[in-house]
Amino acid sequence: MANMSLKKNPMPSQAPDVRNRNFDEVALGYTAEMAMDEAQRCLNCKNPKCVDGCPVNVQIPQFVSKVAEGKFDEAFGIIASTNGLPAICGRVCPQESQCEGQCIRGLKGEPVGIGRLERFVADYHNADGHADGATAPPEQNGHKVAVVGSGPAGLTCAGDLARKGYDVTVFEALHEVGGVLVYGIPEFRLPKAIVAKEVARLKHFGVKIMTDTVVGRTITVDELMDDMGFEAVFIGSGAGLPMFMDIPGVNYKGVFSANEFLTRINLMKAYLPDAQTPIIHPKKVAVVGGGNVAMDAARCAKRLGAEVYIVYRRGEEELPARREEVEHAKEEGIIFKLLNNPVEILADENDDVNRIRCICMELGEPDASGRRRPIEVPGSEFELDVDCVIMALGTSPNPLIKSTTEGLQINKKGCIIVNEDGLTSREHVYAGGDAVTGAATVILAMGAGKTAAAAIDRELSAR
Amino acid sequence: MYQIVKRIELRPTLTLLEVDAPLIAKKAQPGQFIILRVDENGERIPLTIHDFDREKGTVTIIFQVVGATTQRLNHLRQGECLHDFVGPLGKPTETEGLKKVAVVGGGVGCAIAYPVTRKLHEEGAEVHAIIGFRSQDLVILEDEFRAASSLLRVCTDDGSYGEKGLVTEVLKALLDAGNQYDQVIAIGPMAMMKFVSKTTEPYGVKTIVSMSPIMIDGTGMCGGCRISVGGETKFACVDGPDFDGHQVDWDLAVKRNQMYQAFERHQYEETCNLLKREAE
Repeated sequence: MANMSLKKNPMPSQAPDVRNRNFDEVALGYTAEMAMDEAQRCLNCKNPKCVDGCPVNVQIPQFVSKVAEGKFDEAFGIIASTNGLPAICGRVCPQESQCEGQCIRGLKGEPVGIGRLERFVADYHNADGHADGATAPPEQNGHKVAVVGSGPAGLTCAGDLARKGYDVTVFEALHEVGGVLVYGIPEFRLPKAIVAKEVARLKHFGVKIMTDTVVGRTITVDELMDDMGFEAVFIGSGAGLPMFMDIPGVNYKGVFSANEFLTRINLMKAYLPDAQTPIIHPKKVAVVGGGNVAMDAARCAKRLGAEVYIVYRRGEEELPARREEVEHAKEEGIIFKLLNNPVEILADENDDVNRIRCICMELGEPDASGRRRPIEVPGSEFELDVDCVIMALGTSPNPLIKSTTEGLQINKKGCIIVNEDGLTSREHVYAGGDAVTGAATVILAMGAGKTAAAAIDRELSAR
Repeated sequence: MYQIVKRIELRPTLTLLEVDAPLIAKKAQPGQFIILRVDENGERIPLTIHDFDREKGTVTIIFQVVGATTQRLNHLRQGECLHDFVGPLGKPTETEGLKKVAVVGGGVGCAIAYPVTRKLHEEGAEVHAIIGFRSQDLVILEDEFRAASSLLRVCTDDGSYGEKGLVTEVLKALLDAGNQYDQVIAIGPMAMMKFVSKTTEPYGVKTIVSMSPIMIDGTGMCGGCRISVGGETKFACVDGPDFDGHQVDWDLAVKRNQMYQAFERHQYEETCNLLKREAE
């Protein structure tokens, strides 16, 4: 008999006024009892809509029913057959607009906590030390594939190919593996030990990783194929180029891209007392933007001891961030200045930021994105005293690869153009993730990495 | 890991490291830079490439001990390894079509001004080199510059070697003497590049400077290295590091580079103490 509770089992979490002063993980995860109880809320639909909502088609009812029976290892096997990074997805996927958004239980009450269950199963598997050594690395098929970028798209593509016996090398520009998972998403939302574990799993399957290698500078895509003998290349280089507002004062000291602020904290660990990389410890911060990156930056600034505003030009409904991130941010004391837009950043005589001038907005007719367009309210300017402004307005793909790869077609926004298989305008060169879509989600990037891996397998195995 | 195959202390606070990095050596061009980390918890710092040997597969840097990271770097010996070494980053200095050039180097900036000088010389350009240092004990690469230029002027701030005075004064004198340069290339401390640009402006001589702002990744990702050039925001790591010195907003660039001054001074002192304790 299904558990007919209208609410999900709540997620055990650090208390808001405790966690907003540390960088430890916020959500602590279900216990086995909670997971089994939550799993019993699943109705095991004949035609499960949740699976359609998942970009990598995790067999949700099947794994959830194994959880309900307490067969967590079997549940892991079902998830892992289509999802190479379950501990990560369980934490960072926007479930409310994917699997859980389609869940029939959500029509009346809350949907099944699919993300929380996925996380539980993956953590159970990892913690139990289920040595991946148990699964022998596959037999090599002799085909060499290069993967550019070690973020979610690249890792997924590399993992899928390695499991099929391909000789895969991942090229990463930074000194650490994980892309946005290590430089962007903070420790309190996605502990880096979890990313490291997933990477270790890939290495176990024979994936080689070359850090400190900037494709487009250190080596080109053509050299990978012509000189190094790779038969196919997958470009998963992400969307790393930050956008700044075109307003006066944007280059003053104390104005950062969210990328820089987060990279200093997450990749360079600048928040730790013995860090060698500097970070400012602002008193009052305005984070401009309403996406996940804005929430991450705001919550990091809060943990550095600042009073933090989110300044967003549309309303609450339009906030593009994951619902849970918005709620967590509010609980932690982030102040939301909605329907406000910056018009100028002001500074003292040393060019240190001391104020931000904003204007109130109201929502007009829907624009091309389908969201109601914000319009300035004349004469409504006001100022906030802040000593730091963080721009979290989105990112676009890095032009380094495009500019050094002849014949690689991109669109107006600098995104690489691909067909439904992820194949670019260049033979044997595939691409996926944010490099193709512009800034999107971890899971969509993983889906693209999967699609391309399958297409690369079709191409090379036919030889 | 990237092994240090040669280490020479050029001057008490000025060290040359030749690093095994074949992929970078194959691609490097004058004007480009690398980013390195000394150890596992190290900060990423950009340093412009001094030289490269494509056959040996090595890249050479010259650095001055100015902060905690360069201090740690200076502690490494031949045979030891750098944790990370990535590049070549940035755009190479453009030399095509230049017939007569004045290269102005200041202090450790001479280390990077040299490969450009040599390249211009090899391409058949007439090169006037003006190199300036605080004092005699900081003079480097004099013979190398002499071999790669048709005119070399060495000056020191205190007059302890060469001419007493600033590079800008020598440059002005050469301009006044009727030298028609296609371009002036200035590489050195921010203040020196600013004043070289101010010197050449009335003469209408195009002046290229090599900017070295604060940066993290060096590939366009963080935007920390942004500078204002002709009213437009540019990223030094991917749009530069070379820019038109007459268009750069110098005051902003100088102030932005002071962003972490207090932290840097503190780290420097901490590292001094740490290294001293280790030595004891």
